[in-house]
Amino acid sequence: MDTDGTFDLGQFNSPLLTRYAGSADLHQVLPLRGDEHVVNVRKHVREHALELKLSLVDQTKLVTAASELARNTLKYGGGGVVVLERLTDGLRKGLRLVFADTGPGIVDIELALRDGYTSGGGLGLGLGGTKRLVDDFVIDSRPQEGTAVAIIKWKI
Amino acid sequence: MSTNETAQRVSALIKQFESEILTSWTGELAAKTFRNDDTTQRHCRQFLALLPAALAGGGEDINSRHWDDVRNQLNEISAQRAKAGSTPNETATFVFSLKQSLFTILRRELVNEPLPLADALWAISTVLDQLGLYTVEVFQKSRDQIIVRQQHELMELSTPVVKLWQDVLALPLIGTLDSARSQVVMESLLEKIVETGAAIAIIDITGVPTVDTLVAQHLMKTIAAARLMGADCIISGIRPQIAQTIVHLGVNLEDVVTKATLADAFVLALSRVGATISRG
Amino acid sequence: MDRIPILRIGDLLLVTIQVDMHDRLAMTLQDDLTERIVRDRAKGVLIDISALDLVDSFIGRMISNTAAMARVLDAQTVLVGMQPAVAITLVELGLTLPGVKTALNVEKGMQLLGKSYS
Repeated sequence: MDTDGTFDLGQFNSPLLTRYAGSADLHQVLPLRGDEHVVNVRKHVREHALELKLSLVDQTKLVTAASELARNTLKYGGGGVVVLERLTDGLRKGLRLVFADTGPGIVDIELALRDGYTSGGGLGLGLGGTKRLVDDFVIDSRPQEGTAVAIIKWKI
Repeated sequence: MSTNETAQRVSALIKQFESEILTSWTGELAAKTFRNDDTTQRHCRQFLALLPAALAGGGEDINSRHWDDVRNQLNEISAQRAKAGSTPNETATFVFSLKQSLFTILRRELVNEPLPLADALWAISTVLDQLGLYTVEVFQKSRDQIIVRQQHELMELSTPVVKLWQDVLALPLIGTLDSARSQVVMESLLEKIVETGAAIAIIDITGVPTVDTLVAQHLMKTIAAARLMGADCIISGIRPQIAQTIVHLGVNLEDVVTKATLADAFVLALSRVGATISRG
Repeated sequence: MDRIPILRIGDLLLVTIQVDMHDRLAMTLQDDLTERIVRDRAKGVLIDISALDLVDSFIGRMISNTAAMARVLDAQTVLVGMQPAVAITLVELGLTLPGVKTALNVEKGMQLLGKSYS
């Protein structure tokens, strides 16, 4: 399990993060504090996708989604973490990623999920597009507290 | 006897009389024309080995983590059965037929304790009923997955991309274009573009019965993806009703070249790639 | 900091992206390309992404912006070698890169450029 030692998951007042990261046995926590961390996240997600034997297209979609969300956490959330967790639901195997930050939060989630929404002068959050790349997508954001986005990709 | 005590008691009894229960259980299964072969023997043995610990730790709640190993075992068994073409009944029978063997032991060992006996019988019933239902659920899910996979494979076979000419591909679409199918279509087309180095793809929709917003979106996505790989698309086979629907829906086809027939599209494609047709 | 090398072939610039770029590297490439177009009086830019198994919205926009800037500087850009899985993903994301010309590979890309600037 890779952890940035200075990270305290408790600082995230995020029910999503606690729910997912609190219990898991097989999970990794990766920091998102700089550009290189985004590349690092891609690398790890790629490895998991390969182990999961996802199709090439699904692999690409997942890693791309991870890249988008990692960047958002970094640029809009002021930095944070991502928790990677392998899942099984009866017979399906999947990978869940939870991105969390303690940034300003998203004021209007509905708006952010709509295509073409931009909040920071030209570089949109791209949440609508990212949502289409994965199977399950949940977002929990509180203004002034932070944001957590959980995505799951299943191996069919 | 509290539920916890009951669970502990039953757990201990199962452990104590494991081989007797195993013999009687496999015998019961053979009688019900369930396969009595080495695999079944192994499944029964493994299941019985895991049961006491699960009961002792997790009581009657089969969803608690103490029951994880047991559930995983059942997952495996169900999945194998699904692949082998069994019915859901057979799989549930595996679990339910254990009841008789366990009841026999419990009745004998607790013969002088009617109330604990009643609790124990109830506990076993509850647990095995839940597990039986669980196996049916898992069996269903597993069969659904197999069907989805088979459908996927069928779709791949039924979306042929043909090479009409050097640098020109044709993709005749037949049938409805749902989300899953359009994925397969896109992948097939793009792979063929790489394979043949084609610069033009003719997508013929004569065989597509209806074009609604979703179908139009799928088509647009396919065209955009092909373009990103350097291939232009021509849509052919637009019937009058489809043309009406497209206009009605406000679908923007301005950047897309359309032709009424595949033949017209082919002529255009040829002129684009620099070939000429002459009447001899 | 590492940079992505830019090759000059006549009045054409060729960039082959082979690494998983972090955002800063992508921005540096954009700046370098723009500078080189002016310095080398380039008429065409070929961006080869055949080695990339990932193009996200940041890289996508970088490519769009580069093409737009090149156009302002009177140079044509052609993007070549996009992998099928990447194309499908970009389109699903909603990025179709409308202002960027595309070709299947470097050879075809050069043909395309040869045709456009005369």
